[in-house]
Amino acid sequence: MATQHSRSAARIMMAPAVILLLGWMLVPLTMTLYFSFKKYLPLRGGDLGWVGFDNYARFLSSSAFWPSVQATLVIVGGVLAITVILGVFLALLLNQPMWGQGIVRILVIAPFFVMPTVSALVWKNMFMDPVNGLFAHLWKAFGAEPVSWLSEASLQSIILIVSWQWLPFATLILLTAIQSLDSEQLEAAEMDGAPPVARFGYITLPHLSRAITVVVLIQTIFLLSIFAEIFVTTQGSFGTKTLTYLIYQRVLESQNVGLGSAGGVYAIILANIVAIFLMRIVGKNLDA
Amino acid sequence: MYLKSALRAATALTVFASTAAFADTITIATVNNGDMIRMQGLTEDFTAKTGHEVEWVTLEENVLRQRVTTDISAKGGQFDIMTIGMYETPIWGKNGWLVPLNDLPADYDVDDILPAMRGGLSHDGTLFAAPFYGESSMIMYRTDLMEKAGLEMPAAPTWDFVADAARQMTDKDNETYGICLRGKAGWGENAAFITAMSNSFGARWFDENWAPQFDSEAWSNTLNFYINLLNDAGPPGASNNGFNENLSLFQQGKCGMWIDATVAASFVTNPNDSTVADKVGFALAPDTGLGKRSNWLWAWALAIPAGTQKEAAAKEFIQWATSKDYIELVAENEGWANVPPGARISLYENANYKDIPFAKMTLESILSADPNNPTVDPVPYVGIQFAAIPEFAGIATQVGQEFSAALAGQQTAEEALAKAQALTADEMEAAGY
Repeated sequence: MATQHSRSAARIMMAPAVILLLGWMLVPLTMTLYFSFKKYLPLRGGDLGWVGFDNYARFLSSSAFWPSVQATLVIVGGVLAITVILGVFLALLLNQPMWGQGIVRILVIAPFFVMPTVSALVWKNMFMDPVNGLFAHLWKAFGAEPVSWLSEASLQSIILIVSWQWLPFATLILLTAIQSLDSEQLEAAEMDGAPPVARFGYITLPHLSRAITVVVLIQTIFLLSIFAEIFVTTQGSFGTKTLTYLIYQRVLESQNVGLGSAGGVYAIILANIVAIFLMRIVGKNLDA
Repeated sequence: MYLKSALRAATALTVFASTAAFADTITIATVNNGDMIRMQGLTEDFTAKTGHEVEWVTLEENVLRQRVTTDISAKGGQFDIMTIGMYETPIWGKNGWLVPLNDLPADYDVDDILPAMRGGLSHDGTLFAAPFYGESSMIMYRTDLMEKAGLEMPAAPTWDFVADAARQMTDKDNETYGICLRGKAGWGENAAFITAMSNSFGARWFDENWAPQFDSEAWSNTLNFYINLLNDAGPPGASNNGFNENLSLFQQGKCGMWIDATVAASFVTNPNDSTVADKVGFALAPDTGLGKRSNWLWAWALAIPAGTQKEAAAKEFIQWATSKDYIELVAENEGWANVPPGARISLYENANYKDIPFAKMTLESILSADPNNPTVDPVPYVGIQFAAIPEFAGIATQVGQEFSAALAGQQTAEEALAKAQALTADEMEAAGY
């Protein structure tokens, strides 16, 4: 039981860390807000004065805005669907007793340790290249015309690359959850004559729902700001410009700090909307 | 007595400390091109001569541009020397962001630098960056495939000849593609190539009142010609190929022709890297008879950001790296074919260099490019494959993305041009033109 004294001592000792963390968050946030109301063009002499909500209006009315929001949501949705479904499948598979289980598990988890830029480069140059890539050789071996993945199916390709990276994370969390499932329950169901699909649907899946929620929440947070894979593969061409990429383009390529900052504020708002939405729908699982 | 020796020791220490202070460590940001990598390998020579140490930050071209632009506009002060090009130098020089290089010693021989390079790296007659190497663009072609097609490459071909030859050389079953051109989006990638190409078709970015011209017939001709040519005779996935991707395809023997930087000549003729090293010919970039060819002008140059603490050491480095002695040093170590080309007149007068197969064509290409009059019709901007205004990089990258999508078949050339026109007009209005 903490006394009044020990509680205030704890507060005092915690204060520096709390202040530091707050500052860490607040300083960039305040600066983004500040610049979003300014016409700030570094190559044209820097600060050119206050412009009110001009940057916000321009960012929203830009022809690239809605397509970028759409691309962001498609990528997030696509990767979530693939990683969760395949993740459950792989977790079930890895849970089976098999020879060389340890090695197989490490192999499955391996992509998670590859840096996003490196994996994107490998996918782009070694797999998806329409002349020298592995897929092109496979297609040709079967007499088909090689596909130029990154321009003909650009969004799908990026979803594939990102899913490959995040699948180990999903698998790992789901595997841990499956391992905590009481095997007696499954055995009882089996003895009662429940077929495998029903056992999965009524016992395993509900048991996994909490883990799936965790996967969806954590991945969404990271996927909303996905950048490296797009930068390396298509540089925002062919409809793969996400909101983050658009902001990057405005700030760094066009050197328009004000406009990009307004975009940054929109991105924060979007992230919060998605977060609230997710919490409402799936967050309930966490309380149960 | 004690006092005396203490004083002596102190004096000795001070002298030591002040000599040590003369030896600086300078940080240089540069691009990961072959010539720059070679320069890093030779840094010891500079350190031996001056005592200064060098730290390198080597980056991919697009990344380098963003890093140095952000650093200089935000006054980050991370670098003592930056590798920049003809686009940045006049703009930054005008903003007072660069140290003027008008006090270089006589033995450096500034007048030996090609006038086109000096002009492009100056603002109001003041040199702000020293060219490490200069380039134009030209056709590199496979002499064996040309012969097989029963054709002979003229020294100054037209686009019609090039397109016809490219279609005849193409043999898709054997992975031989008649022509490789830049298709990857980016102002320094496809936008640069197509802009230079459009000059020869009579197109221009802006008229004299800064109104964008993508709705003109000349632009429609350029883009349709480019897309049709690459669809018929280009490699698959051309819309993802930039300089490096095409270089690799050419070295593997998969391109009949490649129109790109003259600097690539030493890479495609180097037997260590190229499978077709002994079968490469060179010709001027094509035209359409309107008086402008589709070759560009560029220099990778070294500049010192204003406000650096190590200006003197940085200047010494620039003098070392862009001097005649450096060229000799590379020739001694790596052979004459590998010296940095296109910057100094004396190189092209050197008897050893005249035997290099691409030397003559490189110089001719550089001399035929005029950044002050880049187009058939007059324009208000300087620059051949770019317009030297701060907004250009941002706009051209987006325009390049529209062109790239058109090449990939996701939209027509007309749709791409309409979007390019709209977004350029928007950006120019916002910039206050």
